Amino acid sequence: MKPSTAGWVFAAPALTVIGLFFGLPVLAALALSLTDFDIYALAHIDNLRFVAFDNYINLLNNPLFWRALGNTMYFVVVGVPLSIGVSLGAALLLHSKLGYFKPFFRTAFFAPVVTTVVAVAVIWRYLFHTRYGLVNWALSWAGIDPIDWLGDPHWAMPSIILFAVWKNFGYNMIIFLAGLQAIPEDLYEAARIDGASHGKQFRYITLPILGPVLLMVSILTLAGYFQLFAEPYVITQGGPLQSTVSVLYLMYEEGFKWWNLGNASAVAFLLFVLMTVATSGLMWIARRKGVE
Amino acid sequence: MNRDGMPAWLAKAIVNGLLVGLAALSLAPLLWMFAVSLMQPGEASAFPPPLWSSSPTLHNYHELFARMGMGRYLFNSFLISTLVTIIAVLLNTLAGYAFAKLDFGERERVFRVLLAALVIPAQVSMMPLFLMLKQMGLINSYAGAVVPGMAGIFGIFLVRQYARSIPDELLEAPRIDGAGELRIFFQIVLPALRPILVTLAIFSFLGAWNDFMWPLIVLSDENLQTLPVALASLSREHVQDNEMMMAGSVVTVVPVLLLFLVLQRHYLQGLLVGSVKG
Repeated sequence: MKPSTAGWVFAAPALTVIGLFFGLPVLAALALSLTDFDIYALAHIDNLRFVAFDNYINLLNNPLFWRALGNTMYFVVVGVPLSIGVSLGAALLLHSKLGYFKPFFRTAFFAPVVTTVVAVAVIWRYLFHTRYGLVNWALSWAGIDPIDWLGDPHWAMPSIILFAVWKNFGYNMIIFLAGLQAIPEDLYEAARIDGASHGKQFRYITLPILGPVLLMVSILTLAGYFQLFAEPYVITQGGPLQSTVSVLYLMYEEGFKWWNLGNASAVAFLLFVLMTVATSGLMWIARRKGVE
Repeated sequence: MNRDGMPAWLAKAIVNGLLVGLAALSLAPLLWMFAVSLMQPGEASAFPPPLWSSSPTLHNYHELFARMGMGRYLFNSFLISTLVTIIAVLLNTLAGYAFAKLDFGERERVFRVLLAALVIPAQVSMMPLFLMLKQMGLINSYAGAVVPGMAGIFGIFLVRQYARSIPDELLEAPRIDGAGELRIFFQIVLPALRPILVTLAIFSFLGAWNDFMWPLIVLSDENLQTLPVALASLSREHVQDNEMMMAGSVVTVVPVLLLFLVLQRHYLQGLLVGSVKG
């Protein structure tokens, strides 16, 4: 077997799996989103009709879709910067020469990342419990009255964001930490000789060099946060008053609760378009600022 | 005093204080989970919540396994995650090595298509995939849960990045001696790739173990459910029983935490191969 033949043979199994169980379904999803595939079509394929863009039009006229989109955007717009800020802060702390026991702290910060989201969501639902929760107990020390974190439509989303930041910041922290460690020490040395304060060093050395890492982390986090699902599914079931229904939550309910698979495919595609627009926008801004 | 007008001991105290505070916030929910899982039924429904049980018990764990079938879910999770890991490591390694070292026609173009496909969220494929597997009779089967995870673009990418560092001479010499490509792969490439194989295995296992949406969709039969799916449905039915829920969370979370603690060096390195150096 020639190496080039072997190349095809070696790549073929993985490519087949990806093509068959990912590529093909993605293309089929586009077709599916143009049909009224529902529980009747599931029972008998003859009931399937081509509806062109009806699913998309109906979605854009569906208040719940806009609600879900709004909730997801809320999660992304507040959650992503918060998450990245905490990650960067933690990385700076771990990178600082002043800290002790760094391997321990690094592991502690990272532990939530590897935990199963459903299991820790169950924990946080309990922590946020109005009467028995530790969060309200801690707040009572500061003289703050109990807050109905998960039962009040205004607080449900912030609660989920807090949970998500807790769960995820360690991941980006590791990447930031590697980026920080790659910055040559002499740059800071030179800046110190010139009399630059810590704040100035951070602004004029750390941030610009970290730019590409920051961009990559932002894109990854953005993409991840658009895919909010398990948290509202476990913690709030989309409530109260649909305040935590996310786009994917809507997709799941449309598809696998009501069996409107055509409609759900349209939801998935709209989410994909939205994610593409958001990440492209981010890259456009980064390019204009000279990052990359 | 340094230039920022802060004495060194104060700066040190602030940095370490923040580190301790952040570590406490990271670990507290997990420690709390352990503490509550050992409490008597109903003990945690008090205010202020007790931090430790007055008489710790394994009752909740016993109930979970004896009455709630937790052993079954644990087995399902282990089986599915192990199958995914073994198959994904093999297929992704073969492909990653091919993309790095075996120059087949159209290699770069195929790879570019794969990279472009990375931006498509998995959820887009779920509806047709469900219908496909239904046609194939794989809904409510272990195979249905395993199939989409058997190979992945990110895994291929990870192996490719690493395999590029294998010197060409190492592969050319046995070729001249007439060794077949398969033999070269198993005798030379696999040993050379060992560090990244460990990383890939951890990623695959954790990914499969922690996955929620796909098992939720494909495994509605209670006997086949994985831990996260079972835990989610448990939490929807028995919202009151906090002690039992926390025990269920412990069973779900501890295996992955242990895996991470033992192999964290490999895991964290893999994270960086896939991101910063990418």
